[in-house]
Amino acid sequence: MNSKLFAFVLLTISAAGLHSAAASDVSVIIKNFDYSPMDLNIAAGTTVVWKNLDGEPHTIASTDGMFRSPALDQNDSYSFTFNRPGVFKYICSIHPKMKATITVK
Amino acid sequence: MTDTSRRDALKCLGVGAGTLFTLSGGVFSAFDMAEAAPADMGTPLFLQISDTHIGFNKEANPDVMGTLNRTIDAVNAMPHAPAFALHTGDVTHLSKASEFDTASQLLSRLKVGELHVVPGEHDVTDGPGAEFFARFGKASNNRGYYSFDSQGVHFVALVNVMNFKANGLGALGEDQLGWLKDDLSGRSASQPIVVFAHMPLWTIYEPWGWGTGEGEQIAALLRRFGSVTVLNGHIHQIVQKVEGNILFHTARSTAFPQPQAGDGPGPGPLVVPPAQLPGMLGVTMAVAGSKRRLSLNDTTLA
Repeated sequence: MNSKLFAFVLLTISAAGLHSAAASDVSVIIKNFDYSPMDLNIAAGTTVVWKNLDGEPHTIASTDGMFRSPALDQNDSYSFTFNRPGVFKYICSIHPKMKATITVK
Repeated sequence: MTDTSRRDALKCLGVGAGTLFTLSGGVFSAFDMAEAAPADMGTPLFLQISDTHIGFNKEANPDVMGTLNRTIDAVNAMPHAPAFALHTGDVTHLSKASEFDTASQLLSRLKVGELHVVPGEHDVTDGPGAEFFARFGKASNNRGYYSFDSQGVHFVALVNVMNFKANGLGALGEDQLGWLKDDLSGRSASQPIVVFAHMPLWTIYEPWGWGTGEGEQIAALLRRFGSVTVLNGHIHQIVQKVEGNILFHTARSTAFPQPQAGDGPGPGPLVVPPAQLPGMLGVTMAVAGSKRRLSLNDTTLA
C-alpha cells in the first residue's frame, strides 16, 4: 500500500512537471476523423501538439507544405512550433476530408 | 446468363463462401459460388490482393501478417497458379520502410510470376512515396501508372492517392488522365480492359472520400470497350456496380474489415468477433475459362 501511494505521489509530481514544462503548448485531439479544435487561434511561438486517438492513422499536412507529420498511429503525437503569423490550413493526407486551420497572431 | 438472372445473382454478392463473375457477351455477370459452382472453373488468369496493411496491430486484427500468410497459403494451394498478381494498394499501414520490407518478404511467397502494385494512401503518407517507389516504382519508371498486356487483356495501373483534391476524393491529375487517354486511344474496342487502382474509380460514398474526382472522365474513356473490369481496394469490402460494359468491383482486405458506407464516424478498422473475421478477409481470383470467358472469384479466409 505504501509503495502504491509512493508511486501515486511520484506520478502526480511527474505529471505536474510535464504540465508546467508544456504550459505554453496547445493540444489538438484527433478523434472520430476530426481535428478538435478545428479552428485554433494561437500566439506566435506557440507549439501545437496533435495526438491521434483513432484506431486509424492520420497525418497533419499543411496545404502549403510548411509542416507535415508522419502517419500517426493510435496515441502517437506530433508537434510543430508556429513562429510566424499567418493562417495555416492543414489536412489529413490519408483522409483529406479532414481539414482544420491554425491562425497565428 | 440472362440479364434477369444476372441481376438476381448480383443480389447474392457479399454472402456465402465466394462470388463468381463470368464474362459473357462482354459484360461480367455474377452468381454466388455456394449456389452455383461451375463445372468448368478454367485456368486462373490473375489474382487481386488488396489492403494488406502490414504494420497494423490494433484490435480489429492484431495479426495482419498471419492473415496475409494464410491468404498466400490458400492461393499457393490452388491446383493452377495464376500468371500474376495485382496488389491494389495499402501494402503497408504507415509507409514505414520496415513495413514494406516485411510485406515484400511475405508477398514473395506468392507462387505467381509477377506482382503488379499500385499505391494506397497508406503507402505514400510521406508525400512522394519514397519507400513505395523504391520498391515498386520500376514498372512505371517511378510514375506509378503504367499498362501492360497479358493473354489478350490490356491491364492499366492507375494511381489515385497522390493528388487529393479539396473534396477528399481520389484523383489522377491532368498528366495521368492525359496518359490514360493516349494509352487507350487506338485500341480495338473488342480487347478486354482491366483497370486497377487503390481508391474506387466511381463514387461509392463521397462523405468518406470513397471515389475518384475524375470518375466520370475515366468512365467516358472506357465506355467504347466491350469488356471493362475496374478493380479497386480501399474500402475493405466487396461493393460493385455494372454500368454498360463496365464492371466496377472492390476487393476485400487481407487485414481487417471496414464499416459499410456511412455506418459510424468514419472508415476506420471495424472490430468484429474473432470468429467472423476470416469471413470478411480475402482475395479476388480472375479465371480465364473457355470461349473467352473471364471470371472473378472472391474467396474469403473462412
